[in-house]
Formats: sequence, C-alpha cells, structure tokens
Amino acid sequence: MKKTYKKWLIASTAVLPVPVWGEDRFNGADTAWILASTALVLFMTLPGLALFYGGLVRVKNVLSVLMQCFVIAGAVSLLWLALGYSLAFTHGGELNPLIGGFSKVFAKGIGPDSLSGSLPESVFLMFQMTFAIITPALIVGGFAERMRFSAMLCFSALWLLLVYVPICHWVWGGGWLSDLGVMDFAGGIVVHITCGVAALVAAVVLGVRRGFPDVPMPPHNMTMTVSGAGMLWVGWYGFNGGSALAADGAAGMAILATHLAASAGALTWMFIEWIRFGKPSVLGVVTGMVAGLGTITPASGYVGPVGGMVLGVLGGGICFTATQVIKRVLKIDDSLDVFPVHGIGGILGSLMTGVLAAKSLGGLGLAAGVTVSHQVGVQAVAVISAVAWCAMVSFLLLKSLDAVLGLRVSRDEETEGLDIVLHEEKGYHW
Amino acid sequence: MKLITAIIKPFKLDDVREALSDIGIAGMTVTEVKGYGRQKGHTELYRGAEYVVDFLPKVKVEVAVAEGFVERVVEAIVKSARTGKIGDGKVFVSPLEQVVRIRTGESGMDAL
Repeated sequence: MKKTYKKWLIASTAVLPVPVWGEDRFNGADTAWILASTALVLFMTLPGLALFYGGLVRVKNVLSVLMQCFVIAGAVSLLWLALGYSLAFTHGGELNPLIGGFSKVFAKGIGPDSLSGSLPESVFLMFQMTFAIITPALIVGGFAERMRFSAMLCFSALWLLLVYVPICHWVWGGGWLSDLGVMDFAGGIVVHITCGVAALVAAVVLGVRRGFPDVPMPPHNMTMTVSGAGMLWVGWYGFNGGSALAADGAAGMAILATHLAASAGALTWMFIEWIRFGKPSVLGVVTGMVAGLGTITPASGYVGPVGGMVLGVLGGGICFTATQVIKRVLKIDDSLDVFPVHGIGGILGSLMTGVLAAKSLGGLGLAAGVTVSHQVGVQAVAVISAVAWCAMVSFLLLKSLDAVLGLRVSRDEETEGLDIVLHEEKGYHW
Repeated sequence: MKLITAIIKPFKLDDVREALSDIGIAGMTVTEVKGYGRQKGHTELYRGAEYVVDFLPKVKVEVAVAEGFVERVVEAIVKSARTGKIGDGKVFVSPLEQVVRIRTGESGMDAL
C-alpha cells in the first residue's frame, strides 16, 4: 500500500507544484498519539471550555455560553472540511505566502492512504480541526452575556475563514511567517493571540454589559468553572504534546514543559492574590493555570522544563497584572478576561520562545546559525502582524455585522438573560 | 394563638429543631432566606473584581403555638440558636388570628 502511495506521490508532484515535505512514511505510533491528542483537544472545548466559561457567567446566561461553544464546534467543523483545511494547509500558488489553495476543499483527494508526514492526512486534518474549533470558542468570553446568537454565529464563521485560516497558513501552512522562520509550536500566535485580540475588539465594539463595573457579576457556579479548568489542563497535553505531530521525545518534552508552566502559573497567580488581597482564591488558581498554559503554548516544544516553569511564572504574574489593567483601569468589559489571559499570555510566550529556546538557556536550540536576537525579531514581526490583521479584520467584521444584523440584544433582553430570550430554556429549575 | 418567627444561622437549624421537639413542638415550617442586620454582609473577590454581598443566607423557622407555649418556645430557640457572635438572628412573636388544618377542616386550637 505504501508503494502505491509513493508512486502516486511521484506522479502527482511531477504534475502539480506541490511541495513534498521530506519523506512521508506512515507511522502507527505517531498516528495513535495524534488520534488521542485530537480527542484531548476537542475535549478542551467540549465540555472543558464550555464548563469553564459557563460557570463564570450569571445564572441567566449559562446556557447561552454552553450553546455558543457547542454550535461553534459544529459550524467550524463544517467550514474546516469545506474550505478551512485546504486554505490553511495546501499550497496557494502565487498567493501562497498569504493563503493556501482550494485543492483539498471538502477533503478532496484525501483517502485512507493519504499521508501528511507520518500521519494519515485524515488524522492531521482532524487534529487541526480541533484547534480551529477552540479558537473562536475562546472568543466567546469577550462578548459573553450580551451578543445576539445570529450575530455570534456569523461572526464566528467569517472570523474563522478571514482571521484564523490565513494566520494558521502564515505560521503553519507554509506562508510568509513560516518562511521567515517563526517558532509557534502549538498555537501561541495562531490560537491564543488571535482569540485574545478578537475578544478584546469584540468587547470594545459591543460595549460593556449593562451595569458594568458597578453591578456585581460574580461567577454563578465556581464548581463548574473548576471542573472545566481541570479538563483544560488535561486536554492541553494533547494540544501541546500532540503538536509534535509524533509520538516521540519532542512530544514528551512539550508535555513536561506544559505541565510545569500550568503548575507555576497557578501558584504564581495564587501567591500574588494572597499577598495583595489577603486570601488565595480558587478562581485565581485556575486562571493562573490557564495563563501559564497559554504562555507556554508557543514555546512548548522548544524549551526545557525549567523554561516551562519560567514561562508559567511570567504568564501568571503578567496576565494577572493585565487583567487588573483591562478591567479596573481601562474599564473594558472583556467579560471572561480572554485578552489579558490568552492574548497577553500568547504574546509573552511567543516573544520569550525566541529567548528560552536557546540551548544555553536549557532550550532545545534555535535553527542553525540563528541568534536569539534574530529569532526574537522574527517572533516580534509575527506577533505584530497577527495582532494587526486580527484586530483589523475582527473590527471590520463586527462593525459590518452590527450594521446588517445588530450585535447586541436589547436592554430588556439583556436584563432578562439570554437563556430565556434567545433559547427559551433555563439552565436550572429550582 | 401566636406565630413565632425565628431568623437563625443556617447551621443552627438542627439544634433549634431538636430543642423545639424536646419541649413538645410537633411541627414547624423552615425557609431558606437572605438578609442582614448588624452583621452586615461580606465581600467576594473574583479576579480582582470586588463585590459586596449585602444579604447573607439565614434560615427562617416558623412555629404556630398556643399562648401558653410562647415563652418556652422563645426560650428554647434563643438558647439553642445562640453562638454569642454577631449575626445570631432574631425571634419575632406575632398574634395569629386563625389556623385551619386542610385535611380535616379543623380550625383554631384544634388545628395546631
């Protein structure tokens, strides 16, 4: 079977200008691990993130958030098959630096024998699909408790195609940032910066929730939030470990660094709160954990365990400060703190990857002949361009959708709660 | 007849129920309520956002008794619900005009 495949490959490359990366050779161990990772990453969204976010909102909006996570998972999956995968991961001809092509729309030509590296391409497509799902689902935290369902659905779908897919192609699909040598192991730029920036833009465009910041809007179910956070931590093993795209030492190191960043992030946030506010809080611990995980993501396969710990501490501390600044100083209602945790964590991690990947600092090493300062420069270019593209397109998308559909529910509907108004259901009957 | 309404700390409910049944009170109604008096509320802090929670959870116990029982019931509640710390609650005694037992239609003292 392999032989037939190789013949097909040689035949096809002779005709099409498709780059062939190294030698594609099926590996069962790699495939098994990426299949498991795929399940772990989907588990991060469903139900991990859904529960994490669901617990953080008020009781009248819990279903709206769960609904958004589920519907985004479905919609993104369809779009990923139809267009997303092809535009992100195929060669785009002359436009390739910016976007991929249409050669694999609806998984055209992908059969049981198609390979991507050592994996069946179906597995690679699915694994990447789970990343495409969680990214728009993370944005939900920025506009929670006030966005119309139709506007949310349109925004998520268009955002996937116009922001996630191009940036994914730039970084991972052979686009211009990948040519530049950017290092983003598991999606600090592709996932965390994009979702964080989009959430911030959405929070600003939609405006604050009614009553913010004077009316108390405490989490309605912390138990749910902590359960979801636990699932995120475990799922992140697949997110970062799976990004090695192999069952090997790189995957092992990535998980080790990831785990230590989560631990360090959780404890850092906890101690800061303890010192500053007098008590360590449960929400602080889980938020610090997510901050640590977001920060290690771009670096996970490039740094050692100590690097992971350092990034966890930095992520916990800097994301804590960012949360205070966004909420209390700037009074922006990024309701579930997506930007200060994921956006800032992603930026920080992406820049620090260039430093901590260095062999002298316990990292796995930069590419041959590349200095730390050069790599940090490349990382900065990638961060700035991702932030700029994401902010601009998200802003235009939201403004246009506001004009066409209206982004926000009415005042009265917001007061009544999205669960009853948009879905005619209630989260709890008591 | 009197209606005795006691607002107590939730964790004192079992003690109060026991004290009342010890003096022969055979029924009561219990409601979870919220409120505040001298104890005031407390603050909650979520990711640095501070909220003042004014209303604290309390339990309301209602007992309907004959006039002669009032003093003993009040005493039993006060004794069993007291911790000595602020926030122990209050007991209200109010006149009760009529009582009807739904199943039998009995009314007044017979229905207690």
